[in-house]
Amino acid sequence: MIGRDLLGIEDLERADIERILDTAEHMVEIGEREVKKVPTLRGRTIVNLFFEASTRTRASFEIAGKRLSADVVNFSPSSSSMKKAESILDTARTLDAMEPDAVVVRHAVAGVPKRIADVLGAPVINAGDGAHEHPTQALLDCFTVRREKGRIDGLTVAIVGDILHSRVARSDIYAFSKLGAEVRVAAPPPMIPLGIEALGVKSYTSLREALDGADVVMALRIQSERLTGAYFPSTREYSATFGIDRAKLRFAKDDAIVMHPGPVNRGVELSHDLADHRPSVILDQVRNGVALRMAVLYLFAGRPGGARRARVNVSAGELAS
Amino acid sequence: MSRILIRGGRILDPQAARDERADLLLDDGRVAAIGASLPADDAQILDATGCWVAPGFVDLHAHLREPGQEYKEDIGTGGRAAVAGGFTAVACMANTHPVNDDPATTDYIIDRARHDSPARVYPVAAATRGLQGEVMTEMVALVRAGAVAFSDDGKTIMDSGVMRRVLEYSKLVGVPVITHAEDRTLVGNGVLNEGPVSTRLGLPGNPAIAEVVHVARDLALAEFTGAHLHVAHVSTRQAVELIRRARERGVSVTAEVAPHHLTLTDEAASGYDTNTKVAPPLRSADDRDACRAGLADGTLDAIATDHAPHAQHEKELDFTEAPPGMIGFETAAAVTLELVRDDLLSPLEWVRRLSTNPARILARPGGSLAVGAVADVTVLDPERAWRYDPSKGYSKSRNSPWIGAELVGRVVATIVGGRLVYDVERGVLV
Repeated sequence: MIGRDLLGIEDLERADIERILDTAEHMVEIGEREVKKVPTLRGRTIVNLFFEASTRTRASFEIAGKRLSADVVNFSPSSSSMKKAESILDTARTLDAMEPDAVVVRHAVAGVPKRIADVLGAPVINAGDGAHEHPTQALLDCFTVRREKGRIDGLTVAIVGDILHSRVARSDIYAFSKLGAEVRVAAPPPMIPLGIEALGVKSYTSLREALDGADVVMALRIQSERLTGAYFPSTREYSATFGIDRAKLRFAKDDAIVMHPGPVNRGVELSHDLADHRPSVILDQVRNGVALRMAVLYLFAGRPGGARRARVNVSAGELAS
Repeated sequence: MSRILIRGGRILDPQAARDERADLLLDDGRVAAIGASLPADDAQILDATGCWVAPGFVDLHAHLREPGQEYKEDIGTGGRAAVAGGFTAVACMANTHPVNDDPATTDYIIDRARHDSPARVYPVAAATRGLQGEVMTEMVALVRAGAVAFSDDGKTIMDSGVMRRVLEYSKLVGVPVITHAEDRTLVGNGVLNEGPVSTRLGLPGNPAIAEVVHVARDLALAEFTGAHLHVAHVSTRQAVELIRRARERGVSVTAEVAPHHLTLTDEAASGYDTNTKVAPPLRSADDRDACRAGLADGTLDAIATDHAPHAQHEKELDFTEAPPGMIGFETAAAVTLELVRDDLLSPLEWVRRLSTNPARILARPGGSLAVGAVADVTVLDPERAWRYDPSKGYSKSRNSPWIGAELVGRVVATIVGGRLVYDVERGVLV
């Protein structure tokens, strides 16, 4: 059974994931109407608490909330007057006093959504924390693959790129594995984290081997701060060895699809051509993201009688010192 | 000075290899007599039936935060927490504000301790000015002022040339140079042991090799210079092995290990509790087991707490921003008794690592219950179960990974210089 918070795919059962994906199927239809709005979450307040700048994910959550008639409030401590050294728990307690019905959290550091959930009355939905998890991205990836391929069981998914720093990689590994796919990761060795095999994947340093027989090729974004030569010598060498183009895509199955969590560094992870045309399904991922996040908000913020739990009382003594 | 008769306890004196039931009489700040059924006369009687009676514990590694960060701890609160944990003496690191890199600051610490702390306080002075790793401190003057060792602790001296000179120069004063061995270029922005747990949690990894490389360097420099190197808070299997081999070659090296590295692993960080963030980080189970074995076979001489208080608002930052460190005085004995229960250490050898060895490393009195020895004594009930609640403790800070833990073994009385300063029923008495 789905828990109170959505902090990561690691905590979900296969049935939970399937329930979310099935719910998203219903949400797709709402997005296709002329009036793309239903009253499901009317009167509920959803706070987008984004400590880390994000345009796409925040917009996706905001549109999802609004299509369900929730009041969506964007709260971006990183751009407000709050200084870096403010206690995240102080932020959480402050926010909690305003009694939101759900809080969507993004932070550059792993674990922050979990620690906020520990003190917050409202359910917390993780919108990406450090290199930990980005559960809604993985769910929309699974949703997209399921719509494309009709199934996930038995597929082979190859994730290529900066596995070390990628929350998308970790969430995708859990999600696709739990749904019965074989998941592989491929990257230059400095970008393969120690012990990744413990997550149930096989790691490759040969792109050809990683892609052999793959149904899905997931290219990860190389963050700009990693392009400086610390993890690989140059973008030219990276794109020559791990960048996906039509020639390298031939290593995969003939009907393989290409995915990317966006935004794409064109000519680095993906060739220009693949970034824009099939078999890449990047814009489908974005489109499906709204439906998937509607499903998540419905399931986590839309519980009858309200989603808030009893306030966690922190005694004055604990707050002292 | 009043007389105290500790009656009926199990005397554990590693110095004399004594492990027997006996009475211990303290008089005028010294051990006056030891034997069966000593007459009480006018002495205050302390019933130690069922308890262990040990020379007072000596902590080689603590942060008392005074001067400069009294919101985290001060010499008075730190000293009270120390005696509540059975420590009759603590060595305090130099990363105060101002840094303890000149005799005036050393004087200040000693003066504050005389007034405020029930535990003896031994200042460790900075090895380089301002902990900058560049210019060595005035070691002769600092030792005259009372410094017992030199260390830049967490600000590891990365320049090998500077470390060589620091070690060479330290031979003039004959006190240890303590190294916090982490190669900062390998640590990078790491906050948790690099491995399957950091990968799963998505936190930047601090690899074991960062410690191993640096321990190897410092051992080579110690061998080359002939100076006394003390390796702080060893946390990795390979570092234990390097120290073992260096010692076999006759290198003048001693080493300590912290209670948390003996009893916890990186799995403790699974809930992102910043109280589990420490430097060096909690390691794998394999590293922990190697540290336990190293302590058991004597490669690691001492248990040292690395008591590092931080305020709650600092630990409420995210895992990368929160400062590393955990308090440890009041839990050290209880959590390390696990090694006695696991038959890795006899009670006598456990006491040796908490008392006799650290006193020897610092060349301070203590670590012995021989007649005439200084009357620093810790009485401990090894069976007493209790629940740890730092809000009821003596430190100003509460950053412990053992909050709420059920612990077995508790210090019931602490005597410093013949004066009862802590009693479990009444608390700290000064």
